Amino acid sequence: MSGYVRPDFDVVTAWVPHGATVLDLGCGDGELLTRLQRERGIKGYGVEIDDAGVVACLDRGLNVLQANIESGLNLFADAAFDVVILSQTLQATRHTEALVREVLRVGKSAIVTLPNFGHWSVRWQLGVGGRMPVSKRLPYQWYDTPNVHFSTIKDFDVFCVEKGIAVERRAALAGGREVRFLPNVRAETAVFQIRGATANTRPV
Amino acid sequence: MFPAFDSVGYVSPQTIAFDSPLTFASGATLNRYDLTVETYGELNAARSNAVLVCHALSGHHHVAGFYQDAPDPAKSEGWWDNLIGPGRPLDTRKFFVIGVNNLGGCHGSTGPSTINPDTQRRYGSDFPIVTVTDWVRSQVRLADHFGIESFAAILGGSLGGMQAMQWSIDFPERVRNVLAIAAAPKLSAENIGFNEVARQAIRTDPDFHDGHFYQHGVVPKRGLRLSRMLGHLTYLSDDLMGEKFGRSLKGADYKFGFEPEFEVEKYLRYQGDKFAGYFDANTYLLMTRALDYFDPAQAFDGNLAAAFANSTAKYFIAAFTSDWRFSPARSKEIVSALLANKHDVSFAEIESVEGHDSFLMPIPQYHALLRAAFDGIKV
Repeated sequence: MSGYVRPDFDVVTAWVPHGATVLDLGCGDGELLTRLQRERGIKGYGVEIDDAGVVACLDRGLNVLQANIESGLNLFADAAFDVVILSQTLQATRHTEALVREVLRVGKSAIVTLPNFGHWSVRWQLGVGGRMPVSKRLPYQWYDTPNVHFSTIKDFDVFCVEKGIAVERRAALAGGREVRFLPNVRAETAVFQIRGATANTRPV
Repeated sequence: MFPAFDSVGYVSPQTIAFDSPLTFASGATLNRYDLTVETYGELNAARSNAVLVCHALSGHHHVAGFYQDAPDPAKSEGWWDNLIGPGRPLDTRKFFVIGVNNLGGCHGSTGPSTINPDTQRRYGSDFPIVTVTDWVRSQVRLADHFGIESFAAILGGSLGGMQAMQWSIDFPERVRNVLAIAAAPKLSAENIGFNEVARQAIRTDPDFHDGHFYQHGVVPKRGLRLSRMLGHLTYLSDDLMGEKFGRSLKGADYKFGFEPEFEVEKYLRYQGDKFAGYFDANTYLLMTRALDYFDPAQAFDGNLAAAFANSTAKYFIAAFTSDWRFSPARSKEIVSALLANKHDVSFAEIESVEGHDSFLMPIPQYHALLRAAFDGIKV
């Protein structure tokens, strides 16, 4: 995921409160955590399964835990983190719904960034070209992609409504800028801040 | 070229005498004792670059380098030599490394084979039962001896990792980084069971003489040999043994008897004999008992997170996929307890085939992790 600027990192950084305790699931080489430490003074932990990623995070002096997020987050207690980040990770998971539940268990809130499969170029490549879309943000061919659960912005909105997940904030990004008009067509990336509905509807 | 350019080269041990009494967890007291150590690298002026390497069941102070006066110097390398040296992951150009033989050991530090000044005979089974907390307290005095207020890091595998963790619990202000490899927060019933079988093998050997075999001019070699064979089996993995020995026979065909015919039998007997030739039986009993008793959560109603509440160290915890004696799941219990305290902690699960012994192997990913961890330590 490195090699190009990640516009979603700007939004995530802006949304993470100062001094928060943060868990970054699928933290890669730790670029985002490093930035959050520097700019937001967070207490951060990353989870990464890839050997080289774990070494890279240690090189940066980060807290990194080698684990497969698909097998659950049982290392972590309920509400252990102020924010759990899933940046460009969810689409590569198999048990997506179960993972989102786990994320909302260990995090008081979560920030999810997703590639938007509703982007016009994706629609164009598939609808007109008849081929699975390939772009600099989604550089894989259909046969070697780690991404197994693509969604559009609208899909994720619907998912949250159906599963009783509260969407607190949403940003749709194109070329590093936020797009408000026709986001599901124009945005390449979407960032959601979500919270378990139970957190809002807990009886008093 | 021998020794290699990135080796610490030829080393020699030193023995340090401690004259103030040390009272053990059991209540027993040693009025004076010696600790044998080796050091590599230079202690800096601020005395802030010291790393203590704690040993496991059968380890000692000779962690790295070679002995010039050994019969074959090339075969005298320390037990964790592949890790330590100028340019190696634990870089002696940056760090001052101390290897220590634990109390109760049989490589120079005061132990069961030492002459008891009160009785003028060897301690034997009169030597106090030592615990991990006792070791840590003796090592604190070693730190004082070198004028080290706080260790940059304390590192250990298996039982050594337990000592490193205990340091951060008992003396949080005196250790800044803990690296605990292939460790566990306490032994399981199965682990204790294996230890008990090993101890029974020694204690039921007719040559054991209740631990005072020295006076009889014998060594309970059969018991030691059996306990080492058992231990060895549990440190390896089924996969590795399958790969290494399979069902290979020494000869062409079955001989229909009980002499060793399978390669694995030959190997275990060789390892057992070698061990029985140099290791002290009483030390083996003490070391396995220290493992059994280790349970820092015990004083906190079984709450491991509470045990770590006051520690301030940064932790690196690692485990190996093929280690069934101290599996990755056991290391994760430690990680979970540290996370509950929001302590700084990293955890790696390293692919390996060598079982529990993996922690001594120069596995590239493992060494890359340790290198990154040590590089990140400020001195």
